[in-house]
Amino acid sequence: MRSRIILLVILLVVAILWGILKGAVDISFRDLFLPENQPIVILRLMRIALSIVAGSGLAVSGIVLQAIMRNSLAEPYLLGTSSGAGLGAVIAIIIGVSWATIPVFAFIGAIFSLVLVYNLARQNGRIPEQSLILSGVVVSIALSAIIVFMISISGSEVLHGATWWLWGNLQVYDLKFLIMVSVTVFFGIAAIYIFFQDLNAISIGEEEAIHLGVNVNQVKRILIVLASLVTASIVSVCGIIGFVGLMIPHMMRLVVGPNHKVLIPATCLAAAIFMVFSDTLARTLLPPLEIPIGVITAAVGAPIFIILLKRSQRVK
Amino acid sequence: MDIFVKANSLCGGYRNREVIKDVSFSIARGDFMGIIGPNGSGKTTLLRLLTRAIPIDSGEVRLEGKSIAGMDLKEFCRQVAFVPQETIINFPFSVFEVVLLGRIPHLKRLQPETKKDRQIASGALAMTDVGHLEDKRIDELSSGERQRVIIAKALTQEPALLFLDEPTSHLDIGHQIQVLDLLRKLNSKNSLTIVLVLHDLNLAAEFCNRIILLDGGEIFKEGSPEEVLTYQNIEALYKTTVVVRENPYSHKPFVVLVPKGDK
Repeated sequence: MRSRIILLVILLVVAILWGILKGAVDISFRDLFLPENQPIVILRLMRIALSIVAGSGLAVSGIVLQAIMRNSLAEPYLLGTSSGAGLGAVIAIIIGVSWATIPVFAFIGAIFSLVLVYNLARQNGRIPEQSLILSGVVVSIALSAIIVFMISISGSEVLHGATWWLWGNLQVYDLKFLIMVSVTVFFGIAAIYIFFQDLNAISIGEEEAIHLGVNVNQVKRILIVLASLVTASIVSVCGIIGFVGLMIPHMMRLVVGPNHKVLIPATCLAAAIFMVFSDTLARTLLPPLEIPIGVITAAVGAPIFIILLKRSQRVK
Repeated sequence: MDIFVKANSLCGGYRNREVIKDVSFSIARGDFMGIIGPNGSGKTTLLRLLTRAIPIDSGEVRLEGKSIAGMDLKEFCRQVAFVPQETIINFPFSVFEVVLLGRIPHLKRLQPETKKDRQIASGALAMTDVGHLEDKRIDELSSGERQRVIIAKALTQEPALLFLDEPTSHLDIGHQIQVLDLLRKLNSKNSLTIVLVLHDLNLAAEFCNRIILLDGGEIFKEGSPEEVLTYQNIEALYKTTVVVRENPYSHKPFVVLVPKGDK
């Protein structure tokens, strides 16, 4: 187990190095510390930092939703949580609130959509797979449509043409956004980690968890708030990035097992690696154009989603 | 009689429906108690009330004299464990990981399991005769194996009282007897008090020293298998004709069905 974690750390270092060196202008390792390269290196480092934060946060939110719904297909994008947060953020920008208040609106949107999907999907205390995915996708499409509508009628310069809300962007426009999202995601994940035993118990079943002494209703509420908070802070800075919360936890369950004590840290590492790689690809695949990050994550994530769905149908 | 659990005028159920109506009874330490009754008589709901899975509407349940509603949930789960009818686990936990979850009531938040916790889990796996499966994935087991793993998880809680909800309903007769023999052994050797819901009246007669017969959320009859499993009681509640004989081996009551056409 330890060797697998060490391998992930090494891969992350490789990904970060690659991310620093590659770009519209490639920098050789030797020239990395030349003073004239410093502005580019700092820009890329900030972008890598945001990739790590966004990847880890979305993937851990995915883990939380999967445990609560006892379904490995749950994740912030497919359940409409990200669209809810996106809508909240867009409304905040149109109203013209201060930058620090945008995540609050995003958080309200995220909680709203998550509670909506949860209650739509729930039938007699259970959440059937089809009903969960269907409710999530319907809410997600509806909220995305509202986002597009808002953007198209708004005169806001910031928003107009800002399709990145729908497909994600890891460009760091302002250091304060990076700091805000990093602090929120770090404390969010740390708080979620405190509940790893409860997550293990709840992923076996809600009543089973009660019989193990877990105060399920309270824990569930806290975890939903934390996952929404993490998702909302990421969406309000990076827009909507899909499938990371689905495929990384799934892969890590195969690598380190489903015990949340190990799964959460391993997923953070793997999601960071994946996002740094994806973002570097997004920046360098078609220079000087930049492909939205969400396109890359969807290109990898959608096939994995289909495989998972097929397999879960076969099990039944 | 050493009273372990006492239910006084217990009422409870679901949002718009009171299922259990004014039920009072007691469980003695060392009992092997069966709860039987027709479909919809409230067997499962009664267990859920006794194990705090759903809140009590009125009345109370006392465990060693203490009201369970006010007890710390973890403290309660160190004494009382529950095995559901069937457990479906969607994630690839190993058998050992599932059984080790039984230590959660004994652990503080973030406290890692010690060697002793692992030994208790291994001991429980050995007791339920599934030690050889500990590295297997839980979703790869047969239902009989899985049920024994779930019982091992419950035993890892080191409870004094074990509730089971129709633990044999998904098993063939070979596995049914295996599970009930195991429970009998735990009852006599480990002095574990056992309360279980059973559908099969003959299994209840064979294994339980006391039986509660429920009807419409109320206790219809309570007592030894001989007292409860009379043809009058069964015919009144199950609306079918039966003959009650004596099992030639165990001398316990044995319920024989009489199909309607042969009357």
